Amino acid sequence: MTLTSKDVAEITRLLEESTFTELHLEIDGLKISLRRGAPSSSGPSTTAASEVRPATPAAAPAAPDPNGHEVSAPLLGTFYRAPKPGAAPFVEVGSHVNADTIVGIIEVMKLMNAVRAGARGTVTQILGRDGALVEYGETLLRIARTS
Amino acid sequence: MSIRRILIANRGEIAVRIIRTCRILGIEAVLAASEADRDSLPARLADRTICIGPAQPSASYLKVATIVQAALGVGADAIHPGYGFLSERPELATLCEQQGVIFIGPTAAQIEAVGDKLRARAEAEAAAVPVVPGGAADSIEAALALAGEIGTPLLVKAVGGGGGRGMQRVDSLAQLPAMLEMAASEAGAAFGDARVYLERYITRGRHVEVQILGDGAGNVIHLGERDCSVQRRYQKLIEETPAPDLPAALRDGLHAAAARLARRLSYRGAGTVEFLVDRQREKFYFLEVNARIQVEHPVTEAVTGVDLIAEQIAIAEGSGLQLKQADIRPSGWALECRVNAEDPTREFSPSPGLLGEVDWPRGPGIRVDTHIAAGMRISPYYDSLMAKIIIHAADRPGAIRGMRQAIANTRIGGVATNLAFHAAVLADAEFQAGGVDTGYVARLLERDHG
Repeated sequence: MTLTSKDVAEITRLLEESTFTELHLEIDGLKISLRRGAPSSSGPSTTAASEVRPATPAAAPAAPDPNGHEVSAPLLGTFYRAPKPGAAPFVEVGSHVNADTIVGIIEVMKLMNAVRAGARGTVTQILGRDGALVEYGETLLRIARTS
Repeated sequence: MSIRRILIANRGEIAVRIIRTCRILGIEAVLAASEADRDSLPARLADRTICIGPAQPSASYLKVATIVQAALGVGADAIHPGYGFLSERPELATLCEQQGVIFIGPTAAQIEAVGDKLRARAEAEAAAVPVVPGGAADSIEAALALAGEIGTPLLVKAVGGGGGRGMQRVDSLAQLPAMLEMAASEAGAAFGDARVYLERYITRGRHVEVQILGDGAGNVIHLGERDCSVQRRYQKLIEETPAPDLPAALRDGLHAAAARLARRLSYRGAGTVEFLVDRQREKFYFLEVNARIQVEHPVTEAVTGVDLIAEQIAIAEGSGLQLKQADIRPSGWALECRVNAEDPTREFSPSPGLLGEVDWPRGPGIRVDTHIAAGMRISPYYDSLMAKIIIHAADRPGAIRGMRQAIANTRIGGVATNLAFHAAVLADAEFQAGGVDTGYVARLLERDHG
């Protein structure tokens, strides 16, 4: 089966009317990821520079923001932002997450370990680069908590 | 292939030692460090440090997949495992072999062969190397029959043990069934292998080991022996080379036996064959093979002038042996004292904490291998070895004199150390006479405190 642009519009409308913030659909190799709330409209403090990785992310101390939450690598390995190559990233800047939302995976010798947000809020910065080695404790992304 | 970048999967003084040789050889050293070791001396000296996990060794230094992933991630050609941790775990060597990373050490099959102490015994016998009377104890009945033959006292040893761990002394046959069960359950818990075996307990034995290098193709040289009889509860405290008071025939016999065993295994890399020497009967027996660099390797380096870490790296990259047996011409006497953060007045219990002043002896013939400095913290997560002081002199009295002076000139503040213990041993007439057995330290402590 194939999806027409009309189908996509219909799916988008269904998401908008639903209570869900995200929808991932995969049919016969065709994948659609839709997310409610564009980063530009909801990101409180994000800028385009958020994708730029600091030289020493592990050593860079975070500003003590009481609402800030840092997701750090629970183990050393290769960080992936998406479930598989070519797939949409788990989260983007502006994504709303819950504590158990998967925000990335870390591969250690073919074993995939899910990294969870650990807090409810909005992703403000993504520091971990897709496919790069991350150290234990390295900050992967930052989240602004919402209560 | 030539090694250009090495991941060091270890910490402490041996990590510093490996970095030093990497520098000389122009090899980049990447340190795999736990969170507790991020600011350690080796971390400061390495070209790069990556954090592999939290302080607990089980979540960092002992994680095989993480270590190999780290090597691949930083583009290291090779992994140096140091001693302890994963150095003698065939799983690391195997994963390296699968992933195309050079493991600086023996093959996984060789580690496995010598790690199983019963297999190692069988290999020794096949190489015509004498073993302590003993054998497998598969059932209580078999064990009792065997124990009747070899007599008491005897040792119940774990097949998966080694390095003094997993041993129980049995003084009467009546104790044997209970000791066997206890030893088996302890061995199962500690080594994941409940098999135990029996060996005659040599009451006045000396621990003498032979350093070997093999190219993996059957070529083997030895670099002389080390006497490590000054030990407490099987933990070595003072080592020296050559072994004092050893007749030439016995010494030559040890060297030849170690080389024969290594040749039989087509051993690759640096290794040590440990023996128990019975001076009264003028006999020696095979104990075990340590398939790694040893803590006490510097005494051998001191008298031979050979950089053993450089030899390990050369063998690992396929350059073979750089030296022939005739090139090994030891000169003088070398002595090593292990300086530990432990308190001899409190049963040698570990004494972690914040270091105050640290000052080392300096001068010709003095080498200090250490990872500590003033203001650093001795972590409770790792072993208590702070430094090794090595003295090289023309003869044994000169080495002892030099070491007494060096110990007196060492200052370590903030934590308890065993420096006073070393000073007492070095001043003791029995040690000075040379050739003490492995029961010496226990007798000395009893005499002084008992």
